[in-house]
Amino acid sequence: MAIDMEQFHQVFFEESFEGLDVMETGLLNLDNGEADDEEINTIFRAAHSIKGGSGTFGFQNIADFTHIMETLLDEVRDGIRELNHAGINVLLKSVDCLRMMMNAASEGSDVDDDEVKVNFDALQNILGSESGPSTAASTAVVASDTPAAVSAGAGWKISFAPHKNFMQFGNDPVRVIRELATLGALNGRVDTSKVPDFASLNPEDMYLSWEMELAGNVNKAAIDDVFAWVEDESDISVSEAKNTAAEAPNSADAPQEAASQTAVAKKSPAASTEKKEKAAAASSSIRVGIDKIDDLINMVGELVITQSMLSMLGEDFNMSRLEKLQEGLIQLSRHTRELQESVMQIRMVPISFTFSRFPRMVRDLSEKLGKRMELVMHGENTELDKTVIEKIGDPLVHLVRNSIDHGIEMPADRIAAGKPEMGTIQLNAFHRGGNIVIEITDDGKGIDKEVIFNKGVEKGLVEPGAKLSDQQIYDLLFNPGFSTATEITDVSGRGVGMDVVKKNIMSLGGAIETHSVKGQGSIFSIRLPLTLAILDGQSVSVGSDNYIIPLVSIVESVQPKKESLNMVAGKGETYKLRDEYLPIIRVGDLFQIPDAKAQKLEDGLLVVVEADGKRFGVFVDDLLGQQQVVIKSLESNYKRIDGISGATILGDGSVALILDILGLVRMTSKQV
Amino acid sequence: MALILTVDDSASMRQMVAFTLKGAGYDVVEAEDGQKALDASKGNKFDLVITDVNMPVMDGITFIKHLRTEANYKFTPILMLTTESSADKKAEGKTAGATGWIVKPFNPDQLLAVVKKVIG
Repeated sequence: MAIDMEQFHQVFFEESFEGLDVMETGLLNLDNGEADDEEINTIFRAAHSIKGGSGTFGFQNIADFTHIMETLLDEVRDGIRELNHAGINVLLKSVDCLRMMMNAASEGSDVDDDEVKVNFDALQNILGSESGPSTAASTAVVASDTPAAVSAGAGWKISFAPHKNFMQFGNDPVRVIRELATLGALNGRVDTSKVPDFASLNPEDMYLSWEMELAGNVNKAAIDDVFAWVEDESDISVSEAKNTAAEAPNSADAPQEAASQTAVAKKSPAASTEKKEKAAAASSSIRVGIDKIDDLINMVGELVITQSMLSMLGEDFNMSRLEKLQEGLIQLSRHTRELQESVMQIRMVPISFTFSRFPRMVRDLSEKLGKRMELVMHGENTELDKTVIEKIGDPLVHLVRNSIDHGIEMPADRIAAGKPEMGTIQLNAFHRGGNIVIEITDDGKGIDKEVIFNKGVEKGLVEPGAKLSDQQIYDLLFNPGFSTATEITDVSGRGVGMDVVKKNIMSLGGAIETHSVKGQGSIFSIRLPLTLAILDGQSVSVGSDNYIIPLVSIVESVQPKKESLNMVAGKGETYKLRDEYLPIIRVGDLFQIPDAKAQKLEDGLLVVVEADGKRFGVFVDDLLGQQQVVIKSLESNYKRIDGISGATILGDGSVALILDILGLVRMTSKQV
Repeated sequence: MALILTVDDSASMRQMVAFTLKGAGYDVVEAEDGQKALDASKGNKFDLVITDVNMPVMDGITFIKHLRTEANYKFTPILMLTTESSADKKAEGKTAGATGWIVKPFNPDQLLAVVKKVIG
């Protein structure tokens, strides 16, 4: 039967990559001394599965490589070998190497053979063996298929006496005899002498034995193979027969198997051309838990029931049934909302996908820098939209690297400062309001505001003597080209990056805040929307148009007073709110809305928004309601417009544009 | 047609075994560890059980031990999937009550040959 093994490759790669992550996590725990036997077992199991799968699905190089890792892990598991720090390093590098090989196999790209050789040799070194990479596992496999040289031209005399409990292993003597008969001409006698009388016969026991002659030129190994499963549950003797019998066909099994194996091997290179496309297609897929799908189906079921109820009402409606109709509509809206939530849930992925790379990174970096630190993670199961997860990875990596490099001090400095030698980096993810917050906390030296400020003056970013709030000083860190490190390191780069971090977070509709206490450490706090597809918005009206302002950027709304308005020559108008002067953005003027009602400030409302760490007043006619809106792209349906991030369709069917607050601020500052 | 239970924590192996057997006309039930397999065995009467050895929750050896104590499975053939490196596992499996083994890596034809040998 020809089976296309490639159909299982995608699943194999997915579980193997997961297995590699498991191995990595386990090895890191092992290094921290947190490991118990189960941890080692888990690592071993992952390696074992990868080996079994790669051999079966035709990735012999991966199978060979994993084989030696498995051997090493097996010895550790059995307590024969202790794994030291260096050994764990070798295994971690081997995991990286396997990942590279796996990537090469799944994408059809080239394997870095030198890398494989280096890691293979390192593993061999630990095991203290000399044999080369290509021979290790493959010979072992081949050996089992190669028939042994011993064969008897005259045939074999076989005696086969199963033990009493033979049947209780699922064995069947008939199977054994039938199999022997496939090797050559078989003659035999059954010995029934041990069968007891009927009364004392136990049908579950075995009382029979056989004496047989197998004729022809049969390999002894082939006979041993037949008995391999039952040798413990029976007495078997195989000896050469004296007289010559008719020639029987040789064992056909081995050559056949060899042939089918080459057939499989031939298939894989031919198919590799398609691999790239397949990998690309897979990258945009998402794995969803069955329970989420079940929820969804449930919800749709409810919706269908409500719909049929409503349509029945509609067929024969009179005012006496108005109450029923309203009830149905309430149900409909509830189910629609639940359905929406369920659908959104499908895109939600736990942040552990992003967090999982950090233990390794922290370990490697601390080793490189000669610092000592531990990583503590909380809230790995917090779920975020898949797109957000994908885009937040790099900024997070940068922030963590930054904390390790610039935050945590060298062990000697820490001791001198009266701190524990071991630094701590914390990653926390949690819900707050409608947002997800990710905090990166370190107990390092903190941010020296004075240094930052002076550097800002030096770079011409602030005027000397300017009074800045803490947040404004910290925001300088995210300015392009800003770097406080006296020496450029290859760990957190050279000041390019922090601005990119901020830009990436902003592009996800999020924000970053910095808190720091000199000498005690820093917290970088990232706030992200749960999803990019739906937004909590405040609708406002300007003339006959409706606009949506994202709730995250709104601080408050005020009824403006005339006396608080200031006109600053050349800098537009500002509004004095408490002790702060807010620049005013008039939406009506900006978008040239002819029928904007409020011209005088006191006739309209001022929505105070925050963007780029500064506050602004957005002037509108009126506030309408708050609602969740589904974001529709303006770009793909029309074209990009400055100051607008998208559009949505309101309950009455009209279109409302969603204001891009950051964009608005940029537009107005350009005009000024 | 014969009903076969295949137990493996690796989805790709499980799918490959199931697909191969179904293609040959057998009915197949899949389980991802020993415990789930044991649960599945209570509601069904399998004619053959093929199980991996290294699995989380309950490994193959423990599973075989438990399954053999069930009245329904006293004489049922149980095959384990094992690799060359774990030769001692074969012995351990036999003691637990396994009928035989299939050595990994194997291809669909080899698998079918063994299955046919055992249940025809």
